[in-house]
Parts: sequence; structure tokens; C-alpha cells
Amino acid sequence: MTNTIIWTIAIITVLGLLLALVLYLVAKKFKVEEDPRIDEVEKVMPGANCGGCGFAGCRAFAEAAVKAPDLDGHFCPVGGNDVMAKVAAILGYEVKAKAPQVAVVRCNGTCANRPVVNEYDGFASCKVKAALYSGDTACSFGCLGCGDCVAACQFGALSMDPETGLPVVDESKCTACGACVKACPKRIIELRPKGPRGMRESVRCVNQDKGPAARKACAAACIGCGICVKTCTHDAIVLENNVAYIDPAKCKLCRECEAMCPTGAIHGVNFPKPLDKEAVKARINERKKKAAEAKESDKKEAAHE
Amino acid sequence: MSRSTFSIGGVHPHDNKLSRDCRIEVLPPAPTVFLAMSQHIGAPAKPVVAVGDKVKVGQVVAEPGGFVSAFIHSSVSGTVKSIGPRKDLAGNPVNCIEIAVEGDEWLEGIDTSDKLVTEIPSDNKAIIEKIRLAGVVGLGGATFPTHVKLSPPPGSKCERVIINGCECEPYLTSDYRVLLEKGEQVVVGAAILSQVMGNVPCTIAIEENKPEAIAHVSEVIAKLGYKGIEVMVMKMRYPQGSEKQLIDAVMHRQVGSGALPISVGAVVQNVGTALAVYDAVQKNKPLIDNTLSVTGECFPRQANLLVRVGTPFQYIIDFLGGMPKEAAKVISGGPMMGKAVSNLEAATLKGTSALLFLTEKQTRRAPESACIRCGKCADACPMGLEPFLLQKLSRIADTEALEANAAQDCIECGCCLYSCPAHIPLLDIIRTGKGLALGAIRARAAAAKAAAEAAKAAEAAKPSVIPSEAKESKK
Repeated sequence: MTNTIIWTIAIITVLGLLLALVLYLVAKKFKVEEDPRIDEVEKVMPGANCGGCGFAGCRAFAEAAVKAPDLDGHFCPVGGNDVMAKVAAILGYEVKAKAPQVAVVRCNGTCANRPVVNEYDGFASCKVKAALYSGDTACSFGCLGCGDCVAACQFGALSMDPETGLPVVDESKCTACGACVKACPKRIIELRPKGPRGMRESVRCVNQDKGPAARKACAAACIGCGICVKTCTHDAIVLENNVAYIDPAKCKLCRECEAMCPTGAIHGVNFPKPLDKEAVKARINERKKKAAEAKESDKKEAAHE
Repeated sequence: MSRSTFSIGGVHPHDNKLSRDCRIEVLPPAPTVFLAMSQHIGAPAKPVVAVGDKVKVGQVVAEPGGFVSAFIHSSVSGTVKSIGPRKDLAGNPVNCIEIAVEGDEWLEGIDTSDKLVTEIPSDNKAIIEKIRLAGVVGLGGATFPTHVKLSPPPGSKCERVIINGCECEPYLTSDYRVLLEKGEQVVVGAAILSQVMGNVPCTIAIEENKPEAIAHVSEVIAKLGYKGIEVMVMKMRYPQGSEKQLIDAVMHRQVGSGALPISVGAVVQNVGTALAVYDAVQKNKPLIDNTLSVTGECFPRQANLLVRVGTPFQYIIDFLGGMPKEAAKVISGGPMMGKAVSNLEAATLKGTSALLFLTEKQTRRAPESACIRCGKCADACPMGLEPFLLQKLSRIADTEALEANAAQDCIECGCCLYSCPAHIPLLDIIRTGKGLALGAIRARAAAAKAAAEAAKAAEAAKPSVIPSEAKESKK
């Protein structure tokens, strides 16, 4: 009995050692030479494998970054500038710091603003709903409210607000990976620079219908009236296809457009004080008055001469 | 008579042909009509009239926007009020010409009499040109421009024309009424089609639930003395009226994935299309009206109407006594493949075949439960696909796997959804996957075309290429 046990242990041990030796030799002989920097880069990556950089995962990003001649076009939105600085240090490249971004929902068609005109009883997916028709409200551009963006977010930064029926972005969790942007069939979500201390202005509407139709569909729609474009002194707003768009690079956060918007389609967030519309309007009027006076005095001067 | 049907899949919904005994009534033109520029598969048509122009019935208002496209004619006489985007039945904006109706003045040269013209012109090219100019498109649902279908690519040969009178969708009766009341015209239309395709034999396929139509059409063929045209009685089965399934049923031939029916020598045209071809060739009448069934258990006034293209749905409903209270859902087309109408202000298109009213009880979806792997959907699929697998792949948007499992071959007949005991909205989900697979195939084809053109351009630019560079350009 004891003999059998001893023999068994001995044979298994010898067999194990032999096979280990074979494995060792094979591994040595057929070793794939790999740039050790790939491992190093992968180590400093966040490891979320979200695909926000455009590659299949963190390892794929590391491989691509090591092969690339520079880091242009390679950016990890989740890790941000810190991670990219580390990657650059490992690879000996230079990297330009990028302004941190955040996902912004460009629709304010809440249940109150945008009445439901028909009932959707199909599969609860925005993609499926968009393939069938324009949606259960009169606005054919707005949020469909089935939460494909919420399902796409790996970081738990998105949630549906049951009261408004719209997705809400938790800015502290959003990594700007862009998964929600891709998931939205209506292209409502946009990545925008976070702005100084999170302050930013944006138009929360993408409705391209003409004014009356847009207004009829939704009380908070951008009606393409162009008042904001005229008000803006920084040339930051463009009106295209009956929708205003604020260029974040040019916006100086004066909030004048927000005060003047007749439908409240322009929203400012994270400002320390609530917007005092009357004060801003008074300021704009004052400026206009001064400009008019200056013009008149110019005219008079020209007449004198 | 032999009774034939397609070889795999299919379902047997109750046919519910409630409006089968209603004679075709002529709907007077609506006060305003809206002619959409996308009434056919292919490029949208381009308007050739301006706001304020006076138009007559049958006058061209838009010309084809590409090779696969069609003319659009005014279905009424009046003044062009506006040209611009308007919401279609699904609420999506489509370019439309709005015409305010004044009187009913027809363009000269259109024969509006009831006299049957049996003499077919001998010049086939002229016939196809006439069909093109009349804006005829397939009225079976896909609205593919007919003149394109009748001009097969060189090298392919048509062996049989099939006239599709199956009307396998429940509730629909417009094709049935057309066969009964305009059987002569349809048969002459069929004769024209078979002559154009090279005097090939022609089969008019009718399902067995329409014995009156079968008897009438057989009689007409005997009376008119056409030798090459026969009636084929089909077993009742959905989706028999689908092109690939019908070819399988009639000719026992399978159309390959992504291939056209002409690849197996078949050309399929709907009954309505045959009538439109007759009108275009024999009467010079462009496609300006079509027959519509207005039906549903909750709709008190069942009807088959001859409706001018571009008539608003609301006008049709008002004409028949208004919207019934119990109606919860309005569908344009049949219950299996039709589209729910979310906007009743939308207007009919050339291919609109019915307005169907369903009650809350009929249309309410049962709650979805988990897939129990019973395989009923795979049994029901007439294309031999595996819907349970495709819906899973669609949910995770795995384009490669979707393509490998032939999601692009889905004909969206809805048999899988109809047969699913777990009430999984299979088709709704698979449709998104089909879009992904088709998108990938199209992108690849476009890339291959661009690469071939680039290579050609490079070769043309440099007549004497260095071998290494030639290799690169090939890549």
C-alpha cells in the first residue's frame, strides 16, 4: 500500500519536472520578442477597456501608441492629461495637454416642455425606436428617452431622470469616453470642454424645424430666431439649420445669450450665482444705447466736418 | 390545378379579409394633396415645378434624381402652393410638393375611357420608356422603379414573369378587388410584361382563399386568348407574396443572398403594377392613383378606395365617417409588415396599400420574457435564418457575426416575432442588426470601388509605372 503511494508520487513528480523542462525549452526557443514598453504603457493606463480612445482596449492602445511615430491622435479620455503625460514620459514623446471634456445632453424636451402625441409600446431601445419612427412627441430630433446612452456608459455617469424623461450626466463620473455619443441614434449627446471650474454655456436643443413648428413641438426648443447670435459680442454663436450652436472655444461665459433667449434653450451650468436676467438685459441695453449715441455723435462730427 | 407554396418557414395568420366584398369606390380628390419626393426605392425625385405653377392631372412635377428613381406626376389639377420638408407617416421630414386642388382637369393625351385596349405596341424599348415616363414603381410594397426591373443587366435572361396576386397579408383586399374588377386590364398588363421580357411565359399567382378571383382571371385569359399566361393557385401561407418566396413557390428556384430575381430567370411584378403598366402603355396614364383597402374590425365602414397619390390619411378617414373611438393604432399597409402611422396629416404614397385600424386589445404587446430556446422563430423564418441568434448579436451590435449569420438576408416579414411564445420583439431588434450588416457590406463595396478607381486614375496618370509602386497601388 505505502509502496504504491510512494511510486505514484515519484512518477507524477518526475513527469511534472520533465514536462516543465519541455515547456521551458519551448518557451525559450519560440519566444515572441515584444517591445517591453507596451507592458509599461499598459500599466499606467486606467484599465477600463472602454474603447473611448478608439482602440479595442488599453492593451491595443498601448501597442498602437508604442508603434506610432508621435502621440498625435492618441488620447486616453479616461486617464486624461495625467496618464498621457506618463505615457509620453515612457515613450519619450511630447504630448500637448487637452482641455478636459464632458458629455452634454443637447435636449431639454422634458415631459412638461414636450407633450407626448402618441404612445410607443415597442422594445425599449432608442436604436429600435429610431428605426421605426421619429418618436412619441411632435419633435423628430429630440431625445427618445429609452436610455441607450445610460446602458452604454461604463462609468455609471448617466442616469434617466424619471421626472423629465431625459438622461442626466454626473460630471464627477463622466470620463468623456464618448460611448454615449455613439449610442445615441439622434446624435444629441456631445462632448464639450468642461470649462473653467465646470462653467459652460450650451444650447440644449437640436431641433432643425422652422421656428413655429419647433415651438409647437416643444416649449424649450431653439426656434432659430438668431437673437443670441446678434447679442453675442464674441462671435461665438452660429445659426445653422434653424439651430444655434455655441462654439466653446470662443465663448467668454458672459451669459448674455442665455438671458436673451426667448425659449430658454440656452443653459449655463456650474455658475456660482444664478443668472439675473434683468441685470444682464439692462447691461445689454446700456451698451446698445452707448453704441447708438456714439454712432450719432460720429454722424454729427462727420456732418460738422 | 396544382397548389404550390414556398419550401421553408412561413406562418398561417387568420386572413381576416373583411373588406373583400366592398367594390372599389373612387375617392374624390382632397382639397390639398402632398406629393412626397421619396415614394420609391432609390434617389429622391427632383421637383421641376415652382411655387405658383398651375398643374394638370398627369403632369410631371418631379423628375428622377438618379438611375434608380422615378418620375412623379401631379395626381390632381391645381396650383403648387409650397415645396419643402413635411412630416411623413413616421414623423420624419420628407421633401413634398403641396398642391391646392382646383377642378379636375386632365392632361391631354391621357385616355380616361373604360374601353379595354388589347393591342400591344410591338416596340419593347418604347414600352419600357413609356413605363419609365409614367413613373411606374412596384406596388407590392418595395416600390422599386419598374423600368429598372424590366431592363435586366446584359447576360441575364428572363424565363418567366410572375404576377403576384397572393396578397398574403391579412386584412388587405385591394389586389383581390383589382383582380375581380379590373382583371382584363391586369391580364393585358401581364401580357405586356411578358412581351417586354422576350415573350416568356407568365404566371399569375393567386392564393386559394380568393376563388372568385382565380375563376375570373382564368376566364379572362381564355376570353382574350393569351396562350402564355396561366393562373397558379397557391396554398395560403405568409409571406408568399415576398419576391424570393414566390419564385421558390412558382419556379422552385432559390435566389441567392444579395442576388436579384433575374439571376434565376424570374421577374416578379405585383397585380397593381401590372395594372399601372397597362394604364401607362395602353392609356398613356401615369401612376397617379392606386387602390387602398380601409379596414379593421373596429372600422365600421370597410372600403376599397381608388385614391389619388398624395391624399392625406385624415381626409380618407373623414370621408369614411371619421376615426372610430376604439381604434388605438392606425397602420399603413398590412398588420405583418405595415408601418404604424404616428402622423395622420401624412399623405398616401404610390405604394400605400391599406389603412388598417386596430383596437387596443389587438395591438397591445404582451410583456417580454426570456428566450426558452424552442426554435419556433427559426422554424418560421422563410429565409432560413436563426432569429434567436440574430437578436442576441444585434443587441451587442456584433457586425461581423451578424454578417456571417446573414442578417442582411432578413426580409423583415415578421414571422419570427409572430411565432415567438416569449413575445420577444425579434424583428424590431434584428432590424437594427440588419442595418449594421448592410452598412458594413455597402462600406466595403464603396471602398473597393474607390480603390479600383484610384488605381485606374494612378495608372492613367503614370503610363510607365515602376514595379514597386504598381504593387503599392494594388494594395
